[in-house]
Amino acid sequence: MTPTGKAPSEGAFSISSSVLPWSVTLGLVLLVLIPMGVVASAMLDPDQSIWAHLWDYVLPEVLLNTLWLALGVGLGVTLLGTGLAWLTAACEFPGRRFFTWALLLPLALPAYVTAFVWIGLLDFTGALPTWLRETWGITGIPPIRSRGGVILVMVLALYPYVYLTARSAFQGQGRRLLEAAQSLGVSRRRAFFRVALPMARPGIVAGLSLALMETLADFGTVAVFNYNTFTTAIYKAWFSMFSLPAASQLATMLVFFVLTLVLFEQFTRASHSYATPARGSGGSRRIRLSGGLAWLAWAWAALVFLLAFLVPMLQLLFWTRQVLGEDLDARYLAFASHSLLLAGLGAGLVVALALALGYAQRLRPTGPMQFASRLATLGYALPGAVLAVGFYIPVAGLDNLLIDTWREWTGEEIGQVLGGTLAVMLLAYCARFLAVGYGPVETGLARITRAMDEAAQVLGRTGLRRLAAVHLPLLRGPLLAAAALAFVDIMKELPITLMTRPFGWDTLATRVFEMTSEGEWERAALPAVAICLVGLLPVFYLIRHSDART
Amino acid sequence: MLALDHIAQSYGAKPVLHDVSFSLSPGQIGCLLGPSGCGKTTALRLVAGFEKPDAGEIRIAGELVARPGFSLAPEKRRVGLVFQDYALFPHLTVAGNVAFGLAHLGPADRAWRVDEMLELVGLVQEADAFPHQLSGGQQQRVALARALAPRPRLLLLDEPFSNLDVELREKLSLEVRDILKHEAITALLVTHDQHEAFAMADVIGVMHKGMVQQWDSPYNLYHQPANRFVANFIGQGVLLPGEVLNSRQVEIELGVLEGHIPTDCDEEGGCARCEKGCQVEVLIRPDDIIHDDASLLTAEVERKAFRGAEFLYTLKLPGGSRVLAQVDSHHNHALGERIGIRLGIDHVVAFRK
Repeated sequence: MTPTGKAPSEGAFSISSSVLPWSVTLGLVLLVLIPMGVVASAMLDPDQSIWAHLWDYVLPEVLLNTLWLALGVGLGVTLLGTGLAWLTAACEFPGRRFFTWALLLPLALPAYVTAFVWIGLLDFTGALPTWLRETWGITGIPPIRSRGGVILVMVLALYPYVYLTARSAFQGQGRRLLEAAQSLGVSRRRAFFRVALPMARPGIVAGLSLALMETLADFGTVAVFNYNTFTTAIYKAWFSMFSLPAASQLATMLVFFVLTLVLFEQFTRASHSYATPARGSGGSRRIRLSGGLAWLAWAWAALVFLLAFLVPMLQLLFWTRQVLGEDLDARYLAFASHSLLLAGLGAGLVVALALALGYAQRLRPTGPMQFASRLATLGYALPGAVLAVGFYIPVAGLDNLLIDTWREWTGEEIGQVLGGTLAVMLLAYCARFLAVGYGPVETGLARITRAMDEAAQVLGRTGLRRLAAVHLPLLRGPLLAAAALAFVDIMKELPITLMTRPFGWDTLATRVFEMTSEGEWERAALPAVAICLVGLLPVFYLIRHSDART
Repeated sequence: MLALDHIAQSYGAKPVLHDVSFSLSPGQIGCLLGPSGCGKTTALRLVAGFEKPDAGEIRIAGELVARPGFSLAPEKRRVGLVFQDYALFPHLTVAGNVAFGLAHLGPADRAWRVDEMLELVGLVQEADAFPHQLSGGQQQRVALARALAPRPRLLLLDEPFSNLDVELREKLSLEVRDILKHEAITALLVTHDQHEAFAMADVIGVMHKGMVQQWDSPYNLYHQPANRFVANFIGQGVLLPGEVLNSRQVEIELGVLEGHIPTDCDEEGGCARCEKGCQVEVLIRPDDIIHDDASLLTAEVERKAFRGAEFLYTLKLPGGSRVLAQVDSHHNHALGERIGIRLGIDHVVAFRK
């Protein structure tokens, strides 16, 4: 008999023990619903003039651009990611072991960094075209600042999502099923299309939807390319037109796209979950690529690695060396310390909230609770630009209320209380990155089985003593991982930081943005390098803990 | 040492245990045996204190530990528990796991007790290893040592061998029995595997649909099953139709059987005595059929399974019904062959139709 799924004895049916878990979870659900509700409420009161302006001058371009971008990036990352995953998971060619993990390294580079490096290199005044023009007289290279260019750069930055999930799907298949297909008279080549690929589809779709969410949420890359999408339109509506209602309306439309994507992903996951075959069914025996094919595979993997990681990284370091002497000053240290402080605070908050949510789930593992926690972790899908607007408006409203109330009571005028602090930023970070922290925490908590809890109890350790003797040591690793992931994500985060930071509060990321908008690539490189180097840490952690070493 | 008295338990509207009573004397090893879903694990968790009874009482060493509205916390019951998946703490060494329940002892006493336990289960060499470095059998013994270390009044084992392969299972269950007997530990085991139950337990309760069908020695469960469920669940055999001739005789196709004709109680609890002419079913075990070339009674070999020391033949009787026969393996008969058989039954086991 398996242990029943029913709640155990610890006061299972008392109402009071449900209050804390539920209030934690519902609080976190509100963290996602409030910004969505705030931007959506702008739709209820559409100012006709704003709407007309958006409809005439903004939406046609933005809609078309966004759709092309999503289509191009989606197709590109699927082909590139799945192909590379199949090559490194099922084939054998020179350098395969190296490429298996090296192809994950681009995860450390924020897309906006890859973007400005390639623009710096390939723009009309960039090094490569200049050299081609002056030495060989070659002109007419397709311009990098184009729809094709932005799609290409984003594919290079985002393919690792598909690569990672598709690869672990291929890896988990084992060779039994392919052998079964072959024994039924299907050739190996056809078995790939009839068995391996369909079985890996849930993994591919999972990676694809992550990549598409990043695409829709992206602000930095499209801003560098001057390619107008919803996120840049929100930014302009707010900071050029000074119209929060217009920003809200654009944000609502973006949320609509994102939610469609989320629904699609959930639906695919629910209808295509295949049980993975039992462990010990043998790792897949690789297809040994022969001569020419092997070198072709090598060249392909090497090209992707070169374009997506090595060239941008080396170019960054090169530029950094040029400006190191003059730019590495007190101001730069202020950017860095702002980044560290924000990322540290944010990561701490995210981990604490993720832990609270995890324990709420563990104490009340009921259906409604699971649904609520899924809602609470939905914030990862909400673009930073949406969250920035969605939290700024209510916090500013609260501020005005405080100012008015204070004036009525005391007759004195006070300045903003919450506005101009880190409050809005931190709220938005928590909403957006809760899922990042919750993943490791959830996995970590699942490893502490109910039987372990009961074993500790029978052996005389309950309550806090059980937490200290069993839970804390087992959760240390996952908590560190959660903190590291959240830390890096916050450090490279751009739209929230840019739109809601207190005046003068520049970070490494906003400095990169500022310098790239002025086309000063060399000076953008120094803060970018710092972000990338920190970003490598969780990638190495990921490489160690994924099956990317086999 | 352990007594369950009219225990009932349900999850919401779904009853899981119904009027369960049994007791163990000090040093006795008991077993709850039954198919999955029969309620045996719930019974074990009630004794451990992770579930609370809706009705009835549980006593450990005479102390009342549970009745409706009162339940002594698991950590205060002084019972040891060996989990199905062992639930070893992955961050602690073998010694650390064994020492986990010894917080009340001083460092010297604790170390001494850990050594003693590891010696008992033969894992002194592995004291500093981590659980994931051990084999399944070794992990199982660590779980046993950890549970026994704080000197529990009662040891509970939840399907303790189900994660091991068959050979190891048998070897380890005998080993564990020796350890428990050597330490004079009262234990209650839960399993769905009757071989495991027979190897370990002094007394077995066969459970079905939340009720203890029969609480008896392994020998009696096999030879004198209390009802059809126990007869089918324990061992092999077939039920042949028969007719009661008088208070001492019943006639089946294979002849007239002599012996006590038991009364059979129906589900409403009324016990009707079987009189002359009463239709019954008689349990025939494979070892009740004796192969005898001299016998006039013959049966056709329909299937056979070689088991090393013996064959298990499925024999078709002239009347069309089938019986199983256990025959020495040097009697190798072909399918379709007719062989002579006779009955060798000590106790007649008959159920009213």
